[in-house]
Formats: sequence, C-alpha cells, structure tokens
Amino acid sequence: MVRGFGWAAAFPDEVWEHVFSFLAADADRNAVALVCRAWHRIERRSRRRVFVGNCYAVAPAAAVRRFPEVRAAAIKGKPHFADFNLVPTDWGGGAEAWVEAMAEGWPHLEELRLKRMVVSDDCLELIARSFKNFGVLSLVSCDGFSTAGLAAIAANCRNLRELDLHENEVEDNCLNWISHFPESFTSLVSLNIACLEGDVNTSVLECLISRCPNLKTLRLNHAMPLEKLVSLLQRAPQLVDVGTSKFSADHHPELFSKLESTFAGFKHLKSLSGIWEAGPTYLPAIYSVCESLTSLNLCYATIQSPELLKFVSRCKNLQRLWVMDLIEDNGLIAVAASCKLLQELRVFPSDPYGVAPPISLTEHGLVAISAGCLMLHSVLYFCRQMTNAALLTIANNRPNLTCFRLCIIEPHTPDYISQEPLDAGFSAIVESCKDLRRLSLSGLLTDRVFKSIGASANRLEMLSVAFAGDSDAGLHYILSGCKNLRKLEIRDCPFGDKALLDNASKLETMRSLWMSSCSVTLGACRQLALKMPRLNVEVIDERRGRPLESWPDDFPVEKLYIYRTVAGPRSDTPPCVWTV
Amino acid sequence: MEAAGESLRDTELRLGLPGTDAPEKPASTVTRGGKRALPEDDEEGYAKSNKSSSEEEEEQGEGDLCGHEPPAAKAQVVGWPPIRSYRKNSLHARKVEGEAAGLYVKVSMDGAPYLRKIDLKGYKGYKELREALDDMFKCFSLGEFPRKEGCSGSEYAITYEDKDGDLMLVGDVPWEMFISSCRRLRIMKGSEARGLGSRH
Repeated sequence: MVRGFGWAAAFPDEVWEHVFSFLAADADRNAVALVCRAWHRIERRSRRRVFVGNCYAVAPAAAVRRFPEVRAAAIKGKPHFADFNLVPTDWGGGAEAWVEAMAEGWPHLEELRLKRMVVSDDCLELIARSFKNFGVLSLVSCDGFSTAGLAAIAANCRNLRELDLHENEVEDNCLNWISHFPESFTSLVSLNIACLEGDVNTSVLECLISRCPNLKTLRLNHAMPLEKLVSLLQRAPQLVDVGTSKFSADHHPELFSKLESTFAGFKHLKSLSGIWEAGPTYLPAIYSVCESLTSLNLCYATIQSPELLKFVSRCKNLQRLWVMDLIEDNGLIAVAASCKLLQELRVFPSDPYGVAPPISLTEHGLVAISAGCLMLHSVLYFCRQMTNAALLTIANNRPNLTCFRLCIIEPHTPDYISQEPLDAGFSAIVESCKDLRRLSLSGLLTDRVFKSIGASANRLEMLSVAFAGDSDAGLHYILSGCKNLRKLEIRDCPFGDKALLDNASKLETMRSLWMSSCSVTLGACRQLALKMPRLNVEVIDERRGRPLESWPDDFPVEKLYIYRTVAGPRSDTPPCVWTV
Repeated sequence: MEAAGESLRDTELRLGLPGTDAPEKPASTVTRGGKRALPEDDEEGYAKSNKSSSEEEEEQGEGDLCGHEPPAAKAQVVGWPPIRSYRKNSLHARKVEGEAAGLYVKVSMDGAPYLRKIDLKGYKGYKELREALDDMFKCFSLGEFPRKEGCSGSEYAITYEDKDGDLMLVGDVPWEMFISSCRRLRIMKGSEARGLGSRH
C-alpha cells in the first residue's frame, strides 16, 4: 500500500474521470473531491451536473468557476413556504444573476431546471441566445415571465427537447408563441404547457406535433376544447405521457367515439393528467388506457366519487395516484383493493375553506391504503379528522414510508375520539418508519412528539411543523436530534430564542430554517448572526418601515429565514428583508 | 395594534386556556371545515393573498357549523391549509367561471344540426320555458310540440341533465329547484322519453 497519495498519479486523469463518471450522487462526488488535490482537480473538471438547493448559498460566479464543464444545472430559489403566500413576493430568488454567470461560463449548458425563482423574459431571452446546444428547460413554480419569453425560447433553441412548465404564473402577452418554433424544428420530446391560461393555436400545435416524431410527453392546458384535443392527440399515438385539457363537452356520439378510438390508439401510454372538470359523459371513453397507466394525476379534476371509483379501480398497475378528496373513503378502499403496485398517493382538498358540506374522506381511507398497498412509500393527505389509533395502524402497516405529509385542515385538531393530542400517532410513524425522509405534522401536538422525532427520525431530511408544540423544548428536541435534517420549516409555534441559540451550530449543517409567527426576538437573531458568520439570518417584516438597527433586542421577529452560505449576505434584499 | 408584546401572544394560536393541552372544542365525530375566527392582528399585510376567501370580518366564535347556509366569511389564516397558491387560483378560477356562466344552459334537440343557448333566469316558469323552446325549435319539429309532459302521441319530450349528470324529465320539481339544478336541456324524441315516467 503506497503511503501518501502518490497512487493518484499512477493513472492518468482520464482514467479517474472515467471512474468518477459512475458516481451519480453529488454527495459521492463531493466526497471524492476531498481526498486529495489531484482528485479535487479531476472531479471538478469532469462534473457535469450541479444541483444548487438554495440559490443564495453560493455565488453564481464561484459555482461556474469551480465546475467549468457543467451540462445540466438545477437551482432552487424561494423557501418552500412561498408556495403558501408566506414569503413576500419581492423577497428575492431572481434568476438573472445565475443565468448571466452561466451564459458567461457554461456555453455548453444543455439543461436548466429552476424552481421557485423569479425568471424574467430577459432571462429567457438570454438563455435562448447563450447556449447553442440547449435541450431542456424546466420551470417549476416560477413567475416573472410571459409567453413572449417563451417565444424567444421557441425561436432560438434549435435542439430543444424538453419544455416543462409546471405550475408557473405566466403572463399571456404573446398568443402565438408556439408558432415561433421554426418549420425545421423537429427535436421535441416533451412539452408541458398545462399552466398556461390562454388559448394555444391548435393548428400550429398540430403541425408541431406532426413533425416531432420523438414526442413522448404532451401536457396541454385547460383552455383547449375537447374536439381540438382529440384531433391533436390523434397525431401522436406514440405518446407515453398525456395531460388533457377540459374533459367536458356536450354529449356528441361522434366525439365520444373519436375520443375512444384516439385513446385506444395509445399503445404506450403510462401517465395521464389534466382532465379538468370531467363529467361522467366522457370519462368512460378512455377506460382502455387504465390498465397500462402507472401514473394518474386527477388533482384538478372535479370528478365525483362514483365515476372516480370506476375509473381508478381499473388502473391495476398504478404506481402514482394524485387525486382530490372527492374520491372519498370508499374510493380509497377500492384503490387499496385494485392498485396493488401503488407507491405514491396524494389526496388534495376540493374545498379547503370548508364552505361546502363535508366530504366523506377520513382517516379510514388512508388506513385502507396503508393496509392494501404494500409498496406505498409516499403520502400526502389532506383530511379533517384523525386518530392516534389510525396513525399507529398506518405506521405498523407501512414501515417502508419515506415521505409522510398529513394535513388535518383545522389547526390544533385532536384525536377526534379520545380528544388526546396526536403525539402518540406521529411518534409511532417516526419510530416505525426508519427510512422516513420527509414529514409534515398537523393536528394537536405537544412537545412530546418532538422528543420522539428528535430521537427516532434519523434519516429525516425535511420537517414541516405548524400550530404545534408547547415550548422551546419542542424545537430543541428537533435541532439536537435529527442527524440528517436539511430543511426545517415552522409556523405558528411557541418556539423561541433559547432553542435557536443553544443549537446554533446545527444550523450550519442544514440547508435552511424558516420560522414564522413563532417567539423569536431580534436580539437572538443578532446573537446568532454574530456567532455564526456562515449563516445568513434574514429577518422579514412587511409591516414596519424603520431600519433594523433602530429596533430593540426584544422586538418580536415575524418571519425568519436562516440559511448557510459561502456567499455572504446577499445584495438584492428588498425593503422588507434585513440580513442581520 | 402595533404593540410588539401583545401581537406576539396574539399570533400564538391556542384554543384552550393557557396551560391546558386539550382544546375547548365541542366534541364532534367529524370535524367540520367551518373555521373559527383566529386572532390575527395584521390582516392588512396578508388579506391581499387570500383570493378565494370572502373578505368580510366575522364575529369571533360565531361560525355557523350546523346551518345549511355556508358559514359567514371567516378571517382565514394566511397560507393555511398549505395549498399551493397556484392550485388555489386554479380552483377559484374554475369556480368563478362556473358561477359567471350563470343560468345559461345549452339546449339540444335530437335531429337538429345545431344547439341553442337560453338563460333560464329569463323565464318565470315551465309554461314560459316550453313556449320559448317551441318557438326556438319549431322549424325542426315534425309534429305537435307537447304542452305538458308525457303527452301520449307527442313527438318530443323536454328533458334535462341535472348537476349529478342524470337525465330528468322537465316539470317534476318546483321551478326554483329546477333552475338551480339544471345543467342543460335536451329535447328528446317521445319514443325515447317514455322510460322517464310519463304519467299518462
């Protein structure tokens, strides 16, 4: 065994590069880079994919400099709670800094995925012009751009394979942006425009689809009438993933049979989504694809329980099901009996503000699924009642859960039978599910549940807490335990200064911490910022206009976002954000 | 309203007396969605984001949990339940679309090459409706247009699809109930309509 690292020189760089190419996980590549200077150099030169979980954790120029040969980048911006309007709209997460740096340093960039960032049309134009071989653009939960920006992408990205627009707020100012794809453009493999509000020119789209033989994914938007959808889909029987538009129309026997034959023509369809506003009229026309579906997303489809049940129970090979709570307990019991390969279930509330009569979706549905679907590992479930007993049963049935997000709609809801807090139930989940990576809590919870989580949730990476706990002890249990915690987001809990300061160093091992409507004071933030120079401690307050310096230490912090960074305080903070 | 100390306590949401764990909620088998008003002292900062909530203030604790009417507008907690604003906006937009459509319903007639649309609010009752339909479609009818439902010997019957998707004979329920549940009208050949329970 050669002492020192002389062995690194025994092989030429290309050999090590080739060896490293088998390391898919970033963590592994990061580890390799720490072994010796030679490996650090070789690894950084050969890294092709970069994932930046927090766009402010590192300066764009630094990332681009370190990894000069990157071909695929994924970057996330705003904190997760921005999805629920808890983060001011001008907080930040602008993509310009990154796009400019990438345009400069990564001319060979092929794939860009942005999530929760503010992307302007200028950004899109820069992307369109800067990367000759650009193939994949994915924008998820972004805003700030319009269809004019998309037109630039369409016009200039000659080799575009994927355009994935998922739940973005897009301004519609260029109706015919699709026509900006040149006639010579044939490389499209995946097109997802489900989030666009406006009409899309169907005949132009039809031409596009006809000349792209490799098209596998096509997700359309709500605005397209059913007849047009059908004639579009007829052009692409090779599709694997389809998102339909509106699925309701007057009953026309010809339309029905056209729809039927179109879907019968899909020999490879695995994934189905869209189906907004489906009535009972047209759903039976597509029964033929049920058997082959592995992924079904009906989370915007306001279909009632009987039709839903009929449809979903035919989908015997389903692995992923996203559905509205209109499916009710009966529907889930049927799913548990029919969909034995189910891995992921998400049930969304059709009426979250509770103005309509309550839906009959309770803990029973989830318990049935946990019993019947042995491969289930990921759950997102909105409901209005829960018991500890049900959670215990679920925990025992499914120790293989990796993601468990339960949202009991009314805050502080106890076990409705015993009136106890739901501590025991959630404790059972974390104790039984040893591989749990993501957990969202709800209902009435005391500090006890945090003690269990801190002690048992060793693989937990992301925890969401709302309206829970009694005291600082709750937060302390989490921060002093949960070895692998990366993201912690808390709202409306009585957690305060002491737990935060006692566990300051933990925060540097995490990506970020969000706390809003808790009991943290400005003084603690100041102390934390002093103690931990590699954290950005951002205090967010939209109400007051006075500068941060003038506020006293005991001033309560409304919203707090703490994240580790090597880039120092950011320079683009809006008026409502102060980096302490 | 701007005092720091009490706003902190105000934002800590608890249902019970300080020091107790269990909330003072009335025990109910199914927790209704009706929200109690939660103390929020800074509506103005957040109100703009809740597009799908009704905007009026509400007396504390007065939520109507048992009535048939939807509960009076609640002061809602920002960002709760945790639904993506994109989803909230989508569902809201669809709802509003549905409501704005008002009482315009399509009317189809078997054999007619195109449909018509009528505003049910524009008629006082069934008699007026039938007369209007007769007028609209008389160029298509082959025989006498029926004046009452289930007339034997009539060529056509007027049916409608209700909000559950079922095909119903027009005329059975009170007019108000009819216009609130009617989604579309269909003038069927009498031979098909017989199964719908002709009284004659």
